[in-house]
Amino acid sequence: MGKYFLQRAFYMVITLLIIITITFFLMQLLPGTPFSNPEKLSEQQLKLMNAKYGLDQPLAVQYLTYVSNLFQGDLGISFQSDGRSVMNVLSNRIGPSSLIGAQGMILGFILGLILGVISSLKHNTIYDYGAVFLAVIGMSIPNFVFAALLQYFVGVKLGWLPAALWKGYDYSIMPSIALSVMVIATVARFVRTEMLEVLGQDYVLTARAKGLSEFVVIIKHVLRNALIPVITVMGPLAVSILTGTLVIEKIFAVPGLGEQFTKSILVNDYSVIMGITIFFSTVFILVVFIVDVLYVVLDPRITLGRER
Amino acid sequence: MKRSETKPDKSLFVFEAYEDKEEAADTKRVKKPDSFWKGSFKRLMKNKGAMVSLVLLIIITVMSLLGPFMNDFHYVEQDVSRTHLPPLVHGLEWAGLDGTDAHGKDLYEQRNIQDQPSWLGTDEFGRDLWTRLWKGTQISLLIGVVAALLDLLIGVIYGSISGFYGGRLDDFMQRVLEILMGIPNLILIILLIIVLEPGISSIIIALAITGWVNMARIVRGQNLQLKGQEFIMASRSLGARNSRILWKHLIPNTLGPIIITVMFTIPTAIFFEAFLSFIGIGIQPPYASLGTLIEDGYQDMRYFSFKLIYPAILISVIMVSFNILGDGLRDALDPKMKK
Repeated sequence: MGKYFLQRAFYMVITLLIIITITFFLMQLLPGTPFSNPEKLSEQQLKLMNAKYGLDQPLAVQYLTYVSNLFQGDLGISFQSDGRSVMNVLSNRIGPSSLIGAQGMILGFILGLILGVISSLKHNTIYDYGAVFLAVIGMSIPNFVFAALLQYFVGVKLGWLPAALWKGYDYSIMPSIALSVMVIATVARFVRTEMLEVLGQDYVLTARAKGLSEFVVIIKHVLRNALIPVITVMGPLAVSILTGTLVIEKIFAVPGLGEQFTKSILVNDYSVIMGITIFFSTVFILVVFIVDVLYVVLDPRITLGRER
Repeated sequence: MKRSETKPDKSLFVFEAYEDKEEAADTKRVKKPDSFWKGSFKRLMKNKGAMVSLVLLIIITVMSLLGPFMNDFHYVEQDVSRTHLPPLVHGLEWAGLDGTDAHGKDLYEQRNIQDQPSWLGTDEFGRDLWTRLWKGTQISLLIGVVAALLDLLIGVIYGSISGFYGGRLDDFMQRVLEILMGIPNLILIILLIIVLEPGISSIIIALAITGWVNMARIVRGQNLQLKGQEFIMASRSLGARNSRILWKHLIPNTLGPIIITVMFTIPTAIFFEAFLSFIGIGIQPPYASLGTLIEDGYQDMRYFSFKLIYPAILISVIMVSFNILGDGLRDALDPKMKK
């Protein structure tokens, strides 16, 4: 068991290093300079600025400095925010992003679970078809289209919830709903399939034959077994939430990481783009790792090591 | 794998139904069994949702080619006298396409525009949105299809080599795949686009660089399964070369899963393109894609909601249709994969 986790952890570090390297060298290829008004700067000034930020060093040296700084928790200086450090810029923005991300995930899981369970228990009825159709729609409609329509109808036309900005808890509701759609659809589909599979197992028949109430059978025997594989969709869902925050924060003007990312892209703020890329990738890799570990821990039937 | 019908059903005990089945089976026995593709096609035809989706997609594709020519406007042609005209279709006034703005004023009358109305309205430069909508669909579909084909090419080659030759090479290629899978796609795509400068070709390249991994995994898995089977051994003992076995036996037998994967890659590519355009690094104006139209409409949705609604509906219909058709194809081609 220990060997497996060590191997996984090793791959995690390698993947992260590769991401950092790719990001770093891609940033070097970017058009334009990181300074906001290069045409107004003289040759001399540009030279001084480059020296100040270490941009006059050879690429290899810059790369090594960046990596070693990174491991000390230093992501460099933002070129566009009056010399604030990237850490400083990002640290204020993690809060709102995690709030709407976590709310979206939890809401999505609960609603998806309910939808999936209903759909499997009423298999091949109108409820089932309705739930499946809803799930397909939820998976298909692009999140920003849904978010824009939600903002227009609920925020602007009906005025039930604040349409944008970030001035209190109720401002986080609509972004969370917009993020949860994909989660609801994915979880509902997955739970439905797994439930149907478990419902056909012999031990469910045994449980019913013992005279257990239908409620106990469903909760204790079916749902518990059906939920284990659902953990595997956590990885893809984490990605959809992470990338979802990019547009959804832009749409609802949430001061989070995603909004900063889209902003930084438009103004060539390399160090912030790199910081957020690395942050997102780390979160993603960690989630995948945790999911794998959880899966092994929760389901004793899984044998460890290479599954092939 | 569905065994949900454990509860004995009444129909099991109905005698006539049983007799009917026997008779039907008798008449079938004389018929030749369908080939794999014919059987799959029949199964697909029976799937109503998939057929409706297929028809919708065909209509949308045809419209994306013909739509821009159905009136006299050109999709980049600007006209200051026609800015922000609301939708107007003569004969469809009852459906809301009556040329009145958010305040109920008829802008066509007010500005005295007598010539052809803009069926879906115009944007802030007076460009006709009907023309732009279909032109945008055309570009979105083009990006989706080309990106999916590139994924197909790279993925099939990589997956076949990895699965067929096996051993150390496979081990190494698998490690590479595992690392690539660890990178969040969209972030890498965004970085690539920033470097390559936004445009159709750079979007396609970025999508192809990141998108083939899934295809490679599926093809490899299939090859691993197939290459141990008897018909491969038979072919080998008859003296067939590796390349012949690969192209004549392995890849044709993998075609089902490949087609299914492509059907799911196309909508993903369309979504990514729209996503990129929406955050401002996709297709650049004056060119249109569904993403840019939605972005454009989103900016003005308070007063000119028609700019947002139509492209939003169209992209949703396209995505839903591709997904339902993909599900249908999966059920038809590979009942084992059914989820």
